[in-house]
Amino acid sequence: MLNKKRNRESGEIDGSSLADIAFLLLIFFLVVTTIDVDTGIGLVLPPIPDDIEPPPVRERNLMNILVNAQGMVLIDEEPAAIATVRERVKAFVNNFGADPNLSDSPDDAIVSIKTDRRTPYNIYIDMLDEVMGAYAELRHQASMDRFGVPFTSLERQSERRQEIQEMFPKKISIAEPDEG
Amino acid sequence: MSKFKKKQASTKQGVPTSAMPDVVFMLLIFFMVTTVLREVELQVQIDFAEAENIEKIEEKRLVSYIYIGPERLPGNRLGETRVQIDDALIEDMGEIRNIMYDKLMEEPRLIVSLRVDRDSEFGIVTDVQQELRHAGTLRINYSTRRQI
Repeated sequence: MLNKKRNRESGEIDGSSLADIAFLLLIFFLVVTTIDVDTGIGLVLPPIPDDIEPPPVRERNLMNILVNAQGMVLIDEEPAAIATVRERVKAFVNNFGADPNLSDSPDDAIVSIKTDRRTPYNIYIDMLDEVMGAYAELRHQASMDRFGVPFTSLERQSERRQEIQEMFPKKISIAEPDEG
Repeated sequence: MSKFKKKQASTKQGVPTSAMPDVVFMLLIFFMVTTVLREVELQVQIDFAEAENIEKIEEKRLVSYIYIGPERLPGNRLGETRVQIDDALIEDMGEIRNIMYDKLMEEPRLIVSLRVDRDSEFGIVTDVQQELRHAGTLRINYSTRRQI
């Protein structure tokens, strides 16, 4: 008799433990994953000047904010509280030539922030936050007036968003601090 | 012989589990894709500053981090404020320029995220910023948490 022996085990791989293995891997990746989004204040630094004199800026178009090591604030030579910075910046940028001491137009307005070397970092961030807040409110206002939607709901790279951004460009200068 | 035989439900009991591996694999693949392995080991202590007007960094792969804060010393003590890039502390500020320039060559749209301890002095941040300007990496981001 030439009938072959058929007592081999079945050729299929047992799949029941597949789920266990997958669960194990799943738990590993669940533990390792950190789904956190990086948030922060974005800024573009100026390039190193190539011995070219910066174009002259008229006094009225420049807002000087000075912060010393104790966290005290000086706006255009006058002492001020950090909480008032936002309103001051808004008035300064959104002037359109009305007040002769404030800017000609939002396009010309430059906010200059200068700190001491020993200024604590969080005070500097608070300061920058207020200035950013002022611009955010102005852009929000302009967007509501023009399109009737909040600025934050405009899509990235969209024409509307760029139009508002060009209306109120963020011209913020971070001056090099004094020694000491 | 009972006349009152209980009626058995004709459907099978039990939830079918044959699709479970598929579901699990789907979840597994999701987490594998979202995971970013290898967080750097921080050698400096960082307590983030808080701000309201913050933006999200959408393109995480463009980001390179610079950590500034007091150095962690053995025995839970804190030392001088130091700068850390990737896994190494920076000894000489001039090195930052070369490191960041190399990174910029690899990724021209580089965003540098500055993770600075809230109590450090601004002077050292300025030094780093000057180096970044020399390197040509001008897009920066001060990493902050949302103010609650």
